[in-house]
Amino acid sequence: MNTQALKELLYKIADDQLILGHRNSEWTGFGPLLEEDIAFSSMAQDKVGQSQALYQILHELGEAEPDTVAFTRNAVQFHNSQFVELPNSEYDFSLIRHFLFDTAEALRFEMLTQSSYEPLAKLAKKIQGELRYHTMHANTWIKQLGSATEESIGRLQKSLDEAMPYALGLFEPSEFEADLISENIFGGEEALKEKWLAKVKEVLSQTQLLLPDVLTLTPKVGGRKGQHTEHLQPLLDEMSEVFRIDPTAEW
Amino acid sequence: MITESQVYDWLDEVKDPEIPVLSLVDLGVITRVDIGTNSVKVNMTPTFVGCPAIDYMKQDVVDVLSKHGVKEVEVNVNFDTQWNSNMISDKGRKALKDFGLSPPPKHNLIVDIDILEHAECPNCGSIDSVMKTPFGPTACRSIHYCNSCQETFEQFKPL
Repeated sequence: MNTQALKELLYKIADDQLILGHRNSEWTGFGPLLEEDIAFSSMAQDKVGQSQALYQILHELGEAEPDTVAFTRNAVQFHNSQFVELPNSEYDFSLIRHFLFDTAEALRFEMLTQSSYEPLAKLAKKIQGELRYHTMHANTWIKQLGSATEESIGRLQKSLDEAMPYALGLFEPSEFEADLISENIFGGEEALKEKWLAKVKEVLSQTQLLLPDVLTLTPKVGGRKGQHTEHLQPLLDEMSEVFRIDPTAEW
Repeated sequence: MITESQVYDWLDEVKDPEIPVLSLVDLGVITRVDIGTNSVKVNMTPTFVGCPAIDYMKQDVVDVLSKHGVKEVEVNVNFDTQWNSNMISDKGRKALKDFGLSPPPKHNLIVDIDILEHAECPNCGSIDSVMKTPFGPTACRSIHYCNSCQETFEQFKPL
């Protein structure tokens, strides 16, 4: 098995979960209504926990401890997509990102339940069930607000148009794509993107929102190779602030 | 010589720190017990991957078995058996209900919106209820409203 390919795959999935988990946690205390405050906080807890389990698999493959990996790397060492590091902005943008990202993530883990790498397949079976609550939450709100008032539809459409090039960056191909597919570790980004587009279209067709023409968009890539926006480093500084005061502290 | 059923009896003393009426055995998170000569290896798995209570539970397992004289206790948290809510025992379901938490309906491992929409109210037993949000005060609970007795209640989420 190509361990380097496997590690790269695990890093990018775990980093996406950790960074979006952190962004979700920024809604704690600021949600537009109490239930949404709790929802984003709960999804933050799920995502950070899922990232930890993925870093644990990496640790068993010889990488550093999960806390070290999460809290001591700089932005250029992170493999997350640029999409997840963008600031929360207003609720409409956070909701659109939640919908586009979690639809992809749920399908990614569904594919990974078939992975030839057994520890990942087992974890994927577990995470897949949890993510069903995340996609259910996203779909409920997108359907509701995507067909409600002129303002809600207009806001979501503007956010969807802004988010789409970044969302396409989720599927930035790895240099190991061929190995991952031939060794049945993961079915590949292109296959995932096709499934994702179909699912996104299915949900949006039940709203008044229009999917931008993806063929005319340039995906925002580079995140998987450590090229990030100016927003990631400040997030990492804040996330690791307490850890860095005393990295050896027992919690 | 320690027996497996004895270990399960002892582990019945260990409760979920967030739902103190429910033992880890009834919750279904103890997935395997291996007995050696005066040593016990316990395999367990979290209900939700990000459950913050797992480290407490792990320590409680060590403490209880040590109290009963087991010299070497090893607790291994893994995903070899993935937890789902069907693994909660009937005794556990009753304990949840008595505690005021609606037990998760049994399902065929595909949780859809339909089974979430009609949670049974633990106060009056009605299924005329609506889900207010799939996210509650802990990762494993959702929030519902009963149209019959007009009380808000929580359900242990089907997973």
